[in-house]
Amino acid sequence: MLLLQIDWGFILEKVILIIVILGASFGVAAYATWGERKVAAIMQDRLGPHRAGPFGLFQPLADGLKLFFKEEIIPDRSTQKLFILAPAMFMVTALMTSAVIPWGPDVVTETGIISLQVADINIGILYVFGVVSVGVYGIMLGGWASNNKYSLLSSVRAASQAISYELALGLSLIALLMATGSLSMAEIVRQQHGFWSDGWFTWYFFKQPLGFLIFLVCTFAELNRAPFDMPEAESELNMGYHLEYSSMKLGMFLFAEYINMFISSAVLATLFFGGYNFPFMDNVALWLQDVLPQAHSIVFAGICVLVLMAKITGFILFFMFIRWTLPRFRYDQLMNLGWKSLIPLALVNMVITAALLLWVFKS
Amino acid sequence: MQQLTNRAVQVDRSPMTFGEKIYLPAILKGLKITLAHAVRKPVTTRYPEEKRPFSPVFRGLHVLNRDEEGRERCTACGLCALACPAEAITMEAAERQPGEESRYREEKYAAKYEINMLRCIFCGYCEEACPKDAVYLSETVMPANYTRRSFIYKKEDLLIPHPKKQEQAD
Repeated sequence: MLLLQIDWGFILEKVILIIVILGASFGVAAYATWGERKVAAIMQDRLGPHRAGPFGLFQPLADGLKLFFKEEIIPDRSTQKLFILAPAMFMVTALMTSAVIPWGPDVVTETGIISLQVADINIGILYVFGVVSVGVYGIMLGGWASNNKYSLLSSVRAASQAISYELALGLSLIALLMATGSLSMAEIVRQQHGFWSDGWFTWYFFKQPLGFLIFLVCTFAELNRAPFDMPEAESELNMGYHLEYSSMKLGMFLFAEYINMFISSAVLATLFFGGYNFPFMDNVALWLQDVLPQAHSIVFAGICVLVLMAKITGFILFFMFIRWTLPRFRYDQLMNLGWKSLIPLALVNMVITAALLLWVFKS
Repeated sequence: MQQLTNRAVQVDRSPMTFGEKIYLPAILKGLKITLAHAVRKPVTTRYPEEKRPFSPVFRGLHVLNRDEEGRERCTACGLCALACPAEAITMEAAERQPGEESRYREEKYAAKYEINMLRCIFCGYCEEACPKDAVYLSETVMPANYTRRSFIYKKEDLLIPHPKKQEQAD
């Protein structure tokens, strides 16, 4: 009898990892909503939520409960199936991206090596952008199925914005990929080991500053966050594509946006800020081997995960600072910036990187 | 063109310099401003727990005063009603009977005294008009209510507690 060889330990390991990552994404996203309100408050000399629990820490729970208990309205003339599908799709694509992000270095145990990455596929970055592009369909479907002109306008805006900025995003990435020579996220993080080697910083932020800038701006646009929150545009489109949504379907849209922000921060940290790497990590690893000979690997991995989380938190805070600082772009300004500034800039960056690699570094 | 006021400011329409065109310095400037606000002390008062003190000239809910012996000061002269620009005060006078000297200060008193709080504009003219120091505006905010009728405050609602009989009245 031929039995398919199934490594149950492997499957269990991955399932646990997936559950942990999903839980972490939800947790971070929930507290990002709280954080956003707190950040908005302190920037406007206010207090922010402080009624629900200490420092208002139970506010996300209260918000979630409130959304669950709201009346669920599906508009009469909406395309009902698509109307229900849209938020689910947005949510699923938001969560899917986290599969290829390396959350920490491999943990070496007696039984084997545990990887803190759900899937180390060799086209990791491509996968991320594929999934992110599909995410726009959630918005488009939502806007179209609502059968509301504001929603439709908003989803058209979202689509054109996503397409315009994905071009610049991809072009800025090509320069990065020339430097890394690999599309695998795990490999890119491994290349950024430590902080300093061979007389220069290892993190790609210091090797690709212009690329990082373009990538960052495009990330803002991809996330539909201020100053690029054109699809939402409270003042002109009345919340845009989720205008007709109510109850938890609205909650899904709002929540998925925060999950997107979390994942995008993770991608930014992974690609440009060394992922889980931190300065003097080799010294810390050696020191841990002396102090905790049995569990040094898992403790070290824990520290690395915390470092990555700190970087992600930093990026999320930066997203929030920007949101409460800059006013929204006008639509033509947005298109001008995307097509006339960022794409040429990304092309120039690409050419410079290529020239440097070819003639100066000879790699 | 001649300017009407000297406050007009000429808008600078010169083309943007390179530094302005790349936005980044302006964004950093903006971030500096918002982050400076982040370290500033919030101006919020947590209302039910902490209350801002009223100013000494605050005009709140009306109070009908008594004298030191607990007798009502109001003589129902009607000057407050006359002074009231919102016509919120109505009253009916009655004559003091023998034996009521401990309740009313003068020979005439207000049998009925009503202020419609929905009409009142809290201008304090009644307080100024009163020759007997009987009505004055306290430092209390009018509480909300469900019916219009409950906003017409009767004499019982307005009288301050008797200094001897109801010392611990709310």
